Amino acid sequence: LLAFEPPFTAGVVEFAGVHRQVSLACVPEAKKGDYVLVHAGIAISRIDADEAAKVLATLDALDLGDDDSDESTFGGDGVRVQSNVGSSTQI
Amino acid sequence: MKYVDEYRRPEHCQRLLQEIRQTATRPWTLMEVCGGQTHGLLRYGIDAALENVVRLIHGPGCPVCVTPLESIDLAIELARRPAVTVSSFGDMLRVPGSRENLLQARAEGGNVEIVYSPLDAVRYAEEHADRQVVFFAVGFETTAPATALAVHQASKLGLTNFSLLVSHVRVQPAMEMLVESEDNCVQGFLAAGHVCTVAGYDSYERFVEKYKLPVIVTGFEPVDLLMGIQECVQQLERGEAEVVNCYSRSVLAPGNKQALAIMEDVYEVCDRPWRGLGVVPNGGFRLRSKWAQFDAERRFKRHALPAHECAECRSGDVLTGRIRPTECREFGMRCTPNSPLGAPMVSAEGACAAYYRYAPLNGAVQAN
Repeated sequence: LLAFEPPFTAGVVEFAGVHRQVSLACVPEAKKGDYVLVHAGIAISRIDADEAAKVLATLDALDLGDDDSDESTFGGDGVRVQSNVGSSTQI
Repeated sequence: MKYVDEYRRPEHCQRLLQEIRQTATRPWTLMEVCGGQTHGLLRYGIDAALENVVRLIHGPGCPVCVTPLESIDLAIELARRPAVTVSSFGDMLRVPGSRENLLQARAEGGNVEIVYSPLDAVRYAEEHADRQVVFFAVGFETTAPATALAVHQASKLGLTNFSLLVSHVRVQPAMEMLVESEDNCVQGFLAAGHVCTVAGYDSYERFVEKYKLPVIVTGFEPVDLLMGIQECVQQLERGEAEVVNCYSRSVLAPGNKQALAIMEDVYEVCDRPWRGLGVVPNGGFRLRSKWAQFDAERRFKRHALPAHECAECRSGDVLTGRIRPTECREFGMRCTPNSPLGAPMVSAEGACAAYYRYAPLNGAVQAN
């Protein structure tokens, strides 16, 4: 979130470089610098940084717990990670 | 992008896949009811990576796909009237009506505007006082607050040239209908993360109590999807059924209170026909009578001819998870994204479109 704008509770949000005005009527607690989830032109939630950090810490711990990773299979039967296409409405 | 890239790390995906493979002693059948998740599962190859480990079937998670044919026909009819402009999301334009779609109506002189948000439709109405602007409102609980806000804004602006064709749907009643059906095979649900962002997941407690099926609130990135699947499989292996939130960075148990308050003010729950499913009790929202001045169905008299569904399209079976898109004989033959027989092949959230786009990468088409 970059800035607030009148007349209806609105703000400017950056989506990976693209700036757009979105309604903040449903996330009155949002502050500048927050990450918000935007859908159809309105912010529907403020991303909880603490919860995100907790989950990532759990995942990292999962990595440390097991050295027998079959990384060689990545790209074979593994999950493909592709570039982000048009998911701007998701975050 | 932050909060996206971290949830796509290959090493995390690999660990989660490994855990799921080690945990699952049989191919549990899991259903997601969200087109964004359907596409995520296919796009990242998760369905192929877990083939024979879990059975991933897809529910009616594409709001465009379940929008009733009668509503589409009415939107087309309105778009063809000289003084009316119909606005909607881009996805809606190529969804087949009985005889044509909105894009064809536009090509023949109809007035159709694509908007990114219902609030843009309000702005369009403000700037075009000489036109009657109708917003064709489709979507789950995720989108419903944006439409409700549009009603509030139009009211504050005193617009008399703005109205809505409301076709919003509610996910949980459809899940109940699927589970109640005689041939139900769903053993666990991945609940749609963004629907829960708005609606919360408190309401799933009763669902889980009644049907004894795990419901896991799940996000959209590959790590999110795999965490949801892993939690669901773990519960099934333990013989448990609980509501668990695996998308905690966005979802709170009670949902978004502001959004729910605006929705409560603008809508009331109604029975709603879902394309491919039939009437879902309590399956939709309609405008409350105090907002009747914004109801397009009251403002305009309907002349539409009886609705006519394509006989070859098996979207009903696809939307209920009874068949995979590739099991339809018209898939990729007479039915492609360029000339779709049914809505699931059109929409960016439709299951048929997901298989058409990604299945060749996964080898699923060869299995057809």
